Amino acid sequence: MEQAQIKTLPPPASGGPGPKGSFTTKNEAGWVHRLVDAARLYCRYIGVSLRAQMQYKTSFWMLSFTQFIASGSAFVGMWVLFTRFGSLRGWSMAEVALFYGVINVAFAFADSFGRGFDVFSNMVKGGDFDRVLLRPRSLALQIGAQELLLTRIGRFTQAGLVLGWALHTLPLTWTLGKALFLMATIAGGAALFYGLYVLQATMSFWTIESLEVMNILTYGGTEVGQYPLTIYRAGFRAFFTYVVPIACVNFIPIRALLTANLTGPVLLAPAAGWLFLAVALQVWRIGVLKYTSTGS
Amino acid sequence: MTSGALTPYLSMLSARFRMGLQYRSAAFAGLCTQLFWGVIRVMIFTAFYRSTTHTQAMTLSDTTTYVWLGQAMFALLPWQVDTDVQSMIKTGTVAYEMLRPVDIYWLWFSRAFAQRIAPTVLRAVPMLTVAALLLHLKPPATWQCGVAWAISTILAAVLGSAISVLMTISLLWTLSGDGVSRLLPAIAYTLSGMDVPLVFFPAWSQPLLFALPFRDLVDLPFRLYLGKFAMPQWPVLFGQELAWIIAFVLLGRFLLAIGRQRLVVQGG
Repeated sequence: MEQAQIKTLPPPASGGPGPKGSFTTKNEAGWVHRLVDAARLYCRYIGVSLRAQMQYKTSFWMLSFTQFIASGSAFVGMWVLFTRFGSLRGWSMAEVALFYGVINVAFAFADSFGRGFDVFSNMVKGGDFDRVLLRPRSLALQIGAQELLLTRIGRFTQAGLVLGWALHTLPLTWTLGKALFLMATIAGGAALFYGLYVLQATMSFWTIESLEVMNILTYGGTEVGQYPLTIYRAGFRAFFTYVVPIACVNFIPIRALLTANLTGPVLLAPAAGWLFLAVALQVWRIGVLKYTSTGS
Repeated sequence: MTSGALTPYLSMLSARFRMGLQYRSAAFAGLCTQLFWGVIRVMIFTAFYRSTTHTQAMTLSDTTTYVWLGQAMFALLPWQVDTDVQSMIKTGTVAYEMLRPVDIYWLWFSRAFAQRIAPTVLRAVPMLTVAALLLHLKPPATWQCGVAWAISTILAAVLGSAISVLMTISLLWTLSGDGVSRLLPAIAYTLSGMDVPLVFFPAWSQPLLFALPFRDLVDLPFRLYLGKFAMPQWPVLFGQELAWIIAFVLLGRFLLAIGRQRLVVQGG
């Protein structure tokens, strides 16, 4: 199938360099073609998922609203503590709200886009993964594209409002670079949480029980990231910096933003989220090799 | 009611309870999650206490105990509808349920009660042990406070069940359970004190929080444990908890009666 499609590619533009050069061009075109093809397939899957979800409009709005309220009521807890205690080890409410907003927006993205991996254990349980294996496309793409959970817009909106309030309240001088850096931080966070969902899905190749333990890292990681990392004990700080690098997509870049100290390696910190996702996808590939079907 | 009349409800309760005890690996995963969560919460509270010189309504050691009790009693909150009853309502087999010569409300209540207490027993015992040995969970202020806590916790379990039965009954109208039955747990989490002890909420909100039923699920038993209420107050507090139970049971029975009348089963 893939072969057939590559063959239908238009021939490389004539007048290129020698035979060796034209070979490279052809290869590159194949690579680009595959990428475009994957993107098109992904959009197609997502389109189906969105249309399916919008068939139940009342349900969609109710669930989104519930998400908004649930997420907001957790924020009430933070607000209550700040009104009682004034500040948190030198950090103001607005500063902590920035941590809160960034980590929750990132998590809402990953929770929405990574839904296919989140519920992947059901596919293993039912033997449905076999069908996916038969299709001549990337497995991760097919699983990731299963569903885009639209109701997470509730959490996203709530976290976005808090983020907006924090940015409005804090006396930051904005430059294009800083704005891009903030967006890169959020994207890095989304990649990190997505990676956690990929790892959770990978676990189900070995066991389909007790996957809730991963909630410690997803929901727990979000909870940890809502407050400045310095308030935690050394062991926790190390774990969430070097093992699951929540600090790299939250505390480290945001502290740099707040102190206007955007230099050197700090700029690369959000990339840790993407690195984590890349590693998770490698582990996923190993898991796929381990897979034995439960089906009959 | 004679003891014979209670038999079907008690057998349902005991069957569901024993079934609930089977989910040990889920309980273990829940225990790990709760331990982690508790450690994080205690660190956050500790940091807040260190940021202020003002005396707070509760000492840090009381708050730490409160957090651990919360992690142990987590499953008592009305988290979800009964998924078995939900699928009965969706598929129409709820008609068989209606034909049984028992009171459906109490049958569903027995299910809900078992669903609340089985995971709580599985989690609370190891959780309280670990927290008492390693994580600064204090014993009850006095032995009387311990008894008051136990009574209030049992009432909280009954109240939580009455609320979750009400959520289940709402499915007779909504089927999917996407609205009220998801909103209620989210609100209960914060307003019960599970997230942040209610004494920390602003002064103006205290009468409101006090009047709502949610604090009877978490805040009241925990503050009794910590000895925050004088003994003469106890009867009134238990009375309020009981009054909410009666209110939720009556409301549930009323809605179930209406729901039964308008129930249309799509037969085939």
